[in-house]
Parts: sequence; structure tokens; C-alpha cells
Amino acid sequence: MLDALFLARLQFSFTIGFHIVLPAFSIGLASYLMVLEGLWLRTGKRVYLDLFQYWVKAFSLVFAMGVVSGLVMSYEFGTNWSAFADKAGPVIGPLMGYEVLTAFFLEAGFLGIMLFGLEKVGPKLHFLATCIVAVGTLASAFWIMSVNSWMQTPQGYSLSPDGRFLPVDWRAIIFNPSFFYHLPHMVLASYLSVAFFVGAVGARHLLRNPSNPASRIMFSMAMWMALLVAPLQIVVGDMTGLNTRAYQPAKLAALEGDWTTTKGAPLILFGMPNMQTQTTDYALAVPHFGSLILTHDWNGEVKGLDDFKPEDRPFSPVVFWAFRVMVGLGLMMALLGFAGLALRRGGALYHNGLLLRAMVVMAPSGFIALLAGWVVTEVGRQPFTVYGMLRTAQSVSPIATPGVAISLAAFAVVYLTVFGAGLVFLLRMMARSPVAGESGPTPDEPSRTAGLAPGPAAQVAALAPGA
Amino acid sequence: MLESLDLPLIWAGLIAFAVLAYVMLDGFDLGTGILFALEREPGDRDVMVNSVAPVWDGNETWLVLGGGGLFAVFPLAYATIMPALYPTIIAMLLALVFRGVAFEFRFRAITVTGKRLWDFAFFGGSTLAAFCQGLTLGGLLQGIKVVNRAYAGGWWDWLTPFSVLCGIAVVVGYALLGACWLVWRTEGDLHARCRRHAGILGACVLALIVMVSLWTPLLNPLFSARWFGWPGLALTSPVPVLVALLAWQFWRGIVLDRHLMPFLCALGWFVLCFIGLGISVFPHIVPPDITIWQAAAPPKSQAFLLIGALVLVPIILIYTGYAYWVFRGKVIAGSHYH
Repeated sequence: MLDALFLARLQFSFTIGFHIVLPAFSIGLASYLMVLEGLWLRTGKRVYLDLFQYWVKAFSLVFAMGVVSGLVMSYEFGTNWSAFADKAGPVIGPLMGYEVLTAFFLEAGFLGIMLFGLEKVGPKLHFLATCIVAVGTLASAFWIMSVNSWMQTPQGYSLSPDGRFLPVDWRAIIFNPSFFYHLPHMVLASYLSVAFFVGAVGARHLLRNPSNPASRIMFSMAMWMALLVAPLQIVVGDMTGLNTRAYQPAKLAALEGDWTTTKGAPLILFGMPNMQTQTTDYALAVPHFGSLILTHDWNGEVKGLDDFKPEDRPFSPVVFWAFRVMVGLGLMMALLGFAGLALRRGGALYHNGLLLRAMVVMAPSGFIALLAGWVVTEVGRQPFTVYGMLRTAQSVSPIATPGVAISLAAFAVVYLTVFGAGLVFLLRMMARSPVAGESGPTPDEPSRTAGLAPGPAAQVAALAPGA
Repeated sequence: MLESLDLPLIWAGLIAFAVLAYVMLDGFDLGTGILFALEREPGDRDVMVNSVAPVWDGNETWLVLGGGGLFAVFPLAYATIMPALYPTIIAMLLALVFRGVAFEFRFRAITVTGKRLWDFAFFGGSTLAAFCQGLTLGGLLQGIKVVNRAYAGGWWDWLTPFSVLCGIAVVVGYALLGACWLVWRTEGDLHARCRRHAGILGACVLALIVMVSLWTPLLNPLFSARWFGWPGLALTSPVPVLVALLAWQFWRGIVLDRHLMPFLCALGWFVLCFIGLGISVFPHIVPPDITIWQAAAPPKSQAFLLIGALVLVPIILIYTGYAYWVFRGKVIAGSHYH
């Protein structure tokens, strides 16, 4: 089965799997930094600036990795999916062009000021730069989710005789039927991923020193996010599922593991979908709950995979399990949010070892859920690139198997080395507790112990409106 | 209204502008990396990296615009060039990955070995990326075989003596831009040494410009017809004269130790070479067969993105200029910006 098509798919999922985590990190962290700097300017409390400086260094690292892995994506459509690029380019190309013009340049243009410019431009202009970078990350999400959701629910085009998609109505293309579900789902996922990462870092430092004010603030903010955003995400996720039912019923059947169209369908909690026998083996199911959740009706009809020709079905086992990973993690996040609220009211938020340890364990949970959700969406779209219209097999470049194999191997080696090293640097950075008088991301920072060399930091503190 | 214009022509101009902006901007910061081969002292290397750290990301975004723009408005060109030059593009991207993360990693490495390793990644990534860009340019100029809207050539078509010469020319050219940038933005010993590097590299670049210029018209009879036929001659004949004038200015700038002049002259050479390339290739976007009109996306696609580009590109230029202005002045060792 190691043909060029399979290898090209593997290469794309490998490169985008690495990439997607990084912009999600940037989206969440940029907004968090904006809030932190806003709080610093409003209250004048130095601890918020310390937190900003602590996290902006991580942002700098993550953003650089996101830029280089994203650059790869912008060329990979042409190198590995040239038939797709030729056919769908007229529709999705301009949207990605807008992403570059409205988002990438904006982020890149103000990133330098955000990272290195506080002392040069002063706090107000610097805050503006931070806001612009945060807006840029969201603008990027807007366009790329528009592209992605158009591939799920294409509309607003006509087909040329040679099989190209020609744009007819840009509004219909951009605001396609699944866009308003996928965009908030993705943005909330980014926020939750960063909230749990920040919360985990805070928890780790609270376990060592429960009185560190910066650790307390980041942990507390993360717990509020868990409480408010995790349940909201579950609601948005449910709505996304209903949208999928309306427009991509085969994907829904694959993620539910339903093989036959039935009224009053059960909800299969766990099992092993089997593409050969067309059954879900070892199924543990709750009667009627499938219909209740999906149709909000006890006896509603739910489509099974038997409604679709075998060559039009997504590979159910992967979709089925990725969906359960995502939902399971989402429920645990909400649960932790409520636990945090209960302990907050009891005054034990910063001292409860169980909660703190649970948060540390949950550090990567948001990112894992996000990747699992992405697998559900994209593998569930198969065997099409443009759902129902253009098959993946007709999208691939005329590159021979050895070529794709060699480049895949090169990507694997380089990404694992580079992003592995990046993760080590990130974790090393996070292993250090935030301190009062935290320094900014000047390149010679690692050799200088923050707090011992308060030169620039003291100058910045003097600039603070409340100081 | 927009759709009645010659949109492919306008877009060809805009994409050419994006590529030129990329070459000029990322050229000097890749060149800074290439010069790690000559500058081995850790303190100097820190200054070199600091001089480009606040701007490299914006510089590289022009490459995303070049690729993304091609995808958006000339999808056929994008869908044939990328598979044809698959190995050089992939190698360039991987090289840029190494180089981009090295900005962050080299300052965070704890051990001396670790730091040396990421310094090498910064140098190697910069050099390989520049070399691959030259190979890509050479491979494109010598022509790409397209049948039925898809690349129909072989795996190694891009590898020829001409493309290798282009690769070397781009590496040396970027090194020159990097050296001139450092002449402008540093002081003391590093400045003095970069001035010497720039003088030697400038002479090499002139020789390479002559070699590539003499070779290019031989690749394709169309190219020579455009260079030496009418009205091409009216456009091409001033190019060598201007190159020579810039060489005179460059030489004066180096000898008199002007800080900005050599950089401007080196950029001028790149602009002139780019114009020369444009004269050779226009109106083809994938030589020898596909023109900008054949490769164009439907007018509706081109018009939609053009509205955004006309509004946003000037704004981008303004705030990019602002970012450069904020970080103006000499970079001083041991501290970030002063």
C-alpha cells in the first residue's frame, strides 16, 4: 500500500500535524499576552509585566517554529498536490493570498516590536503592537478556516469543462455552511490548549512554591478559562456535529461507527469499526442515545455508512477513535474547570495537590484534543479533498514514489530533530519559575539571571503608568 | 470594472515585485548567515544575528506571498513549477526551517557544543537555502516540460551546469548583501572586516553577473531575440551601463568607507539583474511554453485578490518601513538595541 498517493498523504498529515499545533499555540498565547499587557497597563502591577515577559519568550520560540513550518505548507500544495492546486487554486488560492496580506505581514511586521521594542517605543505603542499581533493570529485563523471549511462544504463555484473550480460568489465561498462552526471551534481549541499549558506551568511552580504571585495568577486565569471555555467548546462542538450531519453524513456515520441507517439509533461509546465486515465489533452502546444527541429526538433517523458506496467511505476506525480522544479530553477539561471552581470557593485552589498534579498531567491535553479533532475533520473528509467533488487520488502531483519517499524521510528527520529540540528548549524555559523583575526576550537572556541584572527591567518598570 | 483590465499583466508585475522584495530583504539576512563562514567569533556572530532578528520574519513573509500569490493568481504555474523543481524547493524549505529556528535556538543552547551546532545550522541553512533558490531560478530559466497541464519532465531535469552556476551566483550575491548590510549596521572591527569582505564579494558578483548574463540568451532563442531585438534592445542596452555605474559607486563607497552606499549599490545590482531576467522571460511565466495569460486564474479570482493587494500592499510597506525605522542605527555588542 506504499504508493505515491499514500506517501503524499502521510507527508501532508505529518507536516501539517506538526505545524497546526504551533499556530494554535500562537493564537492562544498572543491573546493571553494581550490580556496580560493590558492588565499591566491598567493596574500598573509589576507582576503582570513579569508574566508578560515570562510568556513572550515562549511566544518568540513558538512563533519562529510556526513561521518556518507554515512556509513549508504554503509550497506543499504545489509540490505534492499540484493537480489539486491547479483545480481548486482559483477558489482557495485568493483566500490564502488574503491570509498572507492581512495576517502574516501584520504579525511579522509588529512581532519585532512586540519582542524587542518595549524600551524603544514605550508601553502604549508596544501594547498596540501586541494587540496587532494578536489580531493577526486571529485573522490568519479566519482565512485558513474558511479555506478548510470550503473543502468540507464547497459552494459558490461553477465547474469548468476541464474540471477546475471557478469562483462565482465569494461571499458564499468564504462564509460556506461549515465555516461558522469550524472557526469558533478552532479558536476556542487554541485558547483551551494554551490555557491548559499555562495552567500546567503555573501548577508545577505552585507545587514547589505555593506563594509565588505570578504562578498563582497564571494558574487562576487558566482555571477560569477551563471553567468558562471548556463547556462552551462542548456546546460549539455539538453544533459542529449537527452541521456535519447535515452536510457530511458519511463523516458523521464514520465517527459514530454506525453502519446501518436506523431510527432510534444507539450511541456507540466504544468499539472497533471494521471496514471489511462493515460492523463495529465489541460495541458498547446506549440505546436511542445516538438519535437523541444527533437529532435531539428519541427516534430520529441517523444515517449509517451503508448509505454510501464502499469507495466513498472514510476510514472509520481512525475517525471513530480520534473523535473519542477529543471528546474524552474535552469532558476532562470541563470537569477540571468545575473542580477548580469548587476549590476556589473553599480557598484551597493553590494548595490542593491533587488538582495541581492533575493540571500538570493535562499540560498537553488541549493540543492532543486539537490534533484528534483535526484528524476527525480531515480523515472524515476522505476519500475527497473537496468533499464530494474532487477525489484525493485525482489531486496528487505526478511525482514518482521514490521522490515522495525521500522527501518524507527528510521531513521526518528534520522535523523530529528541530521541533524536538524546540520542545526541549520550551520545557527548559518553563522549568524556571517566573520571578519579580523578569527580563524581556533579549537574545543574551539565558546567560543573565533575571532579577540579578535589573537594568533594562527597572527602566521598563519606570515606564509603567502606575509606577 | 477591475475585470476589464489586463489582470494577468498586473498580477505578473505584483508577483515580480514580491519576489524582488523577497530577494532584496531576505537576501541580506540570509547573507548574514552565509558570512558565519568567515566570522567565527561568538560575540560578532551575536551582533550579526541581532542585526536581523527583529526583521527576518517579515522578510521571509515575501516568500510566502510569492508562493501563495502564484497559487492564487497563476495556479497552473504553481502546479507545474513546484513538481518540476520538487527537490530544490523541498531542500530550500528544510534549509529555511533550520535557519529560522536557529535564531531562537542558538541563544538558548546551554552547552558550547549546542551553540556551535545551531550556529552551523544557521550558516548551513542560510547557504543551502540561497543555493537552492539559485538552482530553482536556473531550472526555471532553462525551461520546464509541461504536457496536458502537468509537469512531464524527469527527476533531475533541473540539475545542469547553468543551474549550478545560478546557485553559486545567488549564494555569493546574498553574501555580498549581507556584508554590505553589516557594513551599514555594525561598527568597529566587525565593520572593518565586513568592508573587506564586501569589496572581494563585490568583484565576484560582478564576474558572476557577466557569466550568467552571457549564458542566459543562449538557453532559448526567444531570450536572445528579446535581448537583442527591437524594442528589447532599448530596454536591455542601458542595463550593462547601469551595472557599471553602480560598480563605480560601490567601489567608491568601499574605498571611502561610506556606510550605506555599498548596500544601496548591491541592492541596485539585484534590481538590475531582476529587470534583465524579466526582459528574458516576459511574457512567459513557465518557459518555454506557458505565458502569464495561459497560467492565469479566472478574472474573478484575480480581481478579488487584486482589490486586497492594492489596498494592503502599500499599508504593508508603510508598517514594514516603520518596523525598520524603530530598529535603526548601529547594533552594539553585548546589548540588544541602542
